[in-house]
Amino acid sequence: MQPADRPRPQSPADLFWSFNWLALQGFGGVLAVVQREIVEKKRWLTPEEFVEDWAVAQTMPGPNVINLAIMIGDRHFGLRGALAALVGVMAAPMLIVLALALAYANYSHHPQVAGALRGMGAVAAGLITATGLKLMPALKRNPLGMPWCVLFAGLCFGLVAWLRIPLVWVLLGVGGTSCVLTWRRLKA
Amino acid sequence: MSLVFTHTEWLQLFLHFATLSLLAVGGAITVAPDMHRYLVDEKLWISDPQFSASIAIAQAAPGPNVLFVGLMGWHVGLNAAGVPGALLGFALTLTGVMIPSCTLTWAATRWAHHNRELRAVRAFKQGMAPVVVALLIATGWILATGTGYDLSHWPLWAVTIVSALLVWKTRIHLLWLLGAGGLLGATGWV
Repeated sequence: MQPADRPRPQSPADLFWSFNWLALQGFGGVLAVVQREIVEKKRWLTPEEFVEDWAVAQTMPGPNVINLAIMIGDRHFGLRGALAALVGVMAAPMLIVLALALAYANYSHHPQVAGALRGMGAVAAGLITATGLKLMPALKRNPLGMPWCVLFAGLCFGLVAWLRIPLVWVLLGVGGTSCVLTWRRLKA
Repeated sequence: MSLVFTHTEWLQLFLHFATLSLLAVGGAITVAPDMHRYLVDEKLWISDPQFSASIAIAQAAPGPNVLFVGLMGWHVGLNAAGVPGALLGFALTLTGVMIPSCTLTWAATRWAHHNRELRAVRAFKQGMAPVVVALLIATGWILATGTGYDLSHWPLWAVTIVSALLVWKTRIHLLWLLGAGGLLGATGWV
């Protein structure tokens, strides 16, 4: 199990401000920032725990970063923690989005604005890719073993990125097979 | 556009997004096609440019992408009753799409955490691990090639590859990279 002195959120307020801060850095999706802040800086989760929790957050309906905030918040401070993390991840970005919506009518036709959005979008794509690359070592201790992990990951990448198969089928098909195989391995 | 909205329409707006909530496995963006069908084609509550702008604005802002759902409601409300209506629409669509899925996640993950030593729970979490890692890389791929595979996009791809390498191998702050990307775009380099 976990050593008692590992880092953890101090209070619901700590959860609120931590998630607030990481949400404000998360352009084009919060995931890359969550990994950087929660795993690398705060060490509330190990890379292995992060991958496992992310699997759950991803397979539940709803926005996965919000699901993850609810999970981490609830684990440490119950419903209060879940709400603190949830409000933290939503509050500040919500105000910014509303301000942008008000400004949108006036500035949407400027080519510089469109260009800046395009450049930031390209960086955001790189951030998310790097998050995946950084989590690969977490697969080393997976009960499936590396060859099976590589096979399932490669299959999943091809189906989603190239063939654009809807996520539900990939999760049920590839994910389901992988879970059954893991279940059989865990018996031993 | 001007619309006549009574309690019934506001309620319909809320309920439609509440039904979509539990279907949104993989994020709210996966049900965006259905939102388009309902708001733009069937109800004529918002225009197609307003629909696209809702997604683009939310992507340009920091934070969870689900905020684009609020902006759909924002535009519906704006067309129906000006800025006060926009704020009401924002609140209704966002709470509609969040409350059912958040409640389910809270209850289900709580159960899973209490039963985390169960073989089925461990098999699920560890079995999904390779899929999760692959989905992240695939998401990056899809975002980077969203404009098509045309070779003229190479400066954008270069930005994506360089930022992926920098984030992977260094501890550079992510905001510097986003700022640099925005600057390159605004000055017309990419």
